Amino acid sequence: MPRVSRFDLRHDLRSRIGILLLGIIILLALFAPLVTTIGPDVQRDVVETRFLAPLSSDVHQVFHPLGTDRLGRDVWARLVHGARVSLLVGVLGMAVSLVIGIAIGAAAATGSKVATPLLLGVTDFGLGIPRVVLLLLLASLWPPSATLVVVVLGLTGWMPVARLVYAETRAQLARPFVEAVAALGAGKLRILVRHALPNGMAPVLALATLGVGNAITLEAGLSFLGLGVQPPAASWGTMIASGRDTVVNAPWVGLAPGIALVLVVIGCTLIADAVRDA
Amino acid sequence: MARGLLTGVLRGVAVVLGVVTLTFFLLHLAPGDPVERLLGPAAEAEQIDAARKTLGLDQTLPRQFGQWIARAARGDFGTSIAHGRPAASLLGEAWPATALLVLLSIVLSWTLGIAIGALQANTRRTALDGLVSAVTVALNAMPGYWLGMVLVMLFTYQLGWLPAFGAAGVDAEFLSATGRLTDRLRHLALPLLTLTLIGLGGTARYSRAAMRELRGAPFLLAARGRGLAESRVVVRHQLPNALVPIVTLLGLSLPALFSGAVFVEAIFAWPGVGQVLVQAVQARDYPVVMAAATISAILVVAGNLLAEFLVTMVDPRIRHAAG
Repeated sequence: MPRVSRFDLRHDLRSRIGILLLGIIILLALFAPLVTTIGPDVQRDVVETRFLAPLSSDVHQVFHPLGTDRLGRDVWARLVHGARVSLLVGVLGMAVSLVIGIAIGAAAATGSKVATPLLLGVTDFGLGIPRVVLLLLLASLWPPSATLVVVVLGLTGWMPVARLVYAETRAQLARPFVEAVAALGAGKLRILVRHALPNGMAPVLALATLGVGNAITLEAGLSFLGLGVQPPAASWGTMIASGRDTVVNAPWVGLAPGIALVLVVIGCTLIADAVRDA
Repeated sequence: MARGLLTGVLRGVAVVLGVVTLTFFLLHLAPGDPVERLLGPAAEAEQIDAARKTLGLDQTLPRQFGQWIARAARGDFGTSIAHGRPAASLLGEAWPATALLVLLSIVLSWTLGIAIGALQANTRRTALDGLVSAVTVALNAMPGYWLGMVLVMLFTYQLGWLPAFGAAGVDAEFLSATGRLTDRLRHLALPLLTLTLIGLGGTARYSRAAMRELRGAPFLLAARGRGLAESRVVVRHQLPNALVPIVTLLGLSLPALFSGAVFVEAIFAWPGVGQVLVQAVQARDYPVVMAAATISAILVVAGNLLAEFLVTMVDPRIRHAAG
């Protein structure tokens, strides 16, 4: 089997920065209890501890690196615990999109005269709908929860993946090595799964990396509108939403999760750029 | 050309019909009842039943859908359940605000983005290119509602230059004509800046990539060989050839722009279609959601068609092959 490109991302400056960014944020999320001084939902005498500026200590001698919100909860603790929710929801949502998209794209690339236009038609139809309209509608169907956000993100994000997988698989199937492995006795399914799909994966991976950033942003957007993760659970979207109300007297509450979100998306973009050019 | 346009229109009609059908059934299957919200918690069961009957909500879903299609085809989008006014006039009041915002931001972000991308693709100063790239990647990464919030923080609360929300001040009625215009522009500034900055990042990235691919192309070398000024080579030879992928991608990004507008309108309380849509979804105001979904689907489809048409305009090869 031909190894077309086993891309080496270590030599690309962009992907180094991207991997470093995402790596730090993922580690912080994983070890959230170790890097915080207090739990994310802990609120004590609210009037005494609310709206503390970053780098200050409260009356209980608890240090707050990013200050506190209007309920006296530690912003840094909520940020790193919220990272778990936001990252997980984004990655899982994109994974669902990826599975559906690859299945439909591959089926369309190898399908019959009836199946292919039908599958492509459904894909194009989905691409034509503003995603936010679908998101709003689907998210309002059931009581809001993190699981619902994953499902909704997955169901609304697979269309570009399917389009790309279709194009890549078609291009791979037309290449001479496919004829060669067919002559060696490989069946249709084996050719598709073992040869055509893996060889066309690089741009799909690039799209998926971008998609993770996108999904995290949309999760935050849904939670921001109150349709996603529900308070008091911390996610970056709920944090931005609560920061919006205190934008005048405690701007750090909304700034911190937004900057974290931007850093994650930048990391994803840089890695995606490097994968695409590799 | 005409044939391509026709299939495009037919496909567009199919998409709009699909969106409308999907929206209708999802919306009516969603939990939450507009009548219960309308009548309040003290309403008795008989009153709720009576109201449902008046609104035609007691009939089967397919039947309601058929009636809705029949009326919508005649341009009648029904009456808002929450406001008791025609859904069409609610949206009619909202759409100029959205159109103003979206169109201006498209023009600004496309021209600025293409110019920045062209400069980046041709500069010899790699540090400058890297710096601008970092900025465009960051802009591209920002969610609109958050960027909006940061801009409000900066320009309204820190600097006190611009109003944070709405389309006009409360005292707008009492201002002179020029005063009213300034007031409108000041209110427009922050939402427009937000949408433009967000669009700018992506556009500059697309244009940089498309222009860069052409950098060593023989026809550019030939143009330089003929002694043309560098600016003329870029504007007259490189840019037109890079426009096809740029315009195609921008056409595809229209739905995303619309999505961005929904969030930005929510942040700035901008009285546009997006805000009407979000409020109507929350109130389960069926006629208004349906009307807004129909109109936004038509706008997005029309935008895509326009982009396809623009592609044939900027590329004579496609124009002649299709014609």
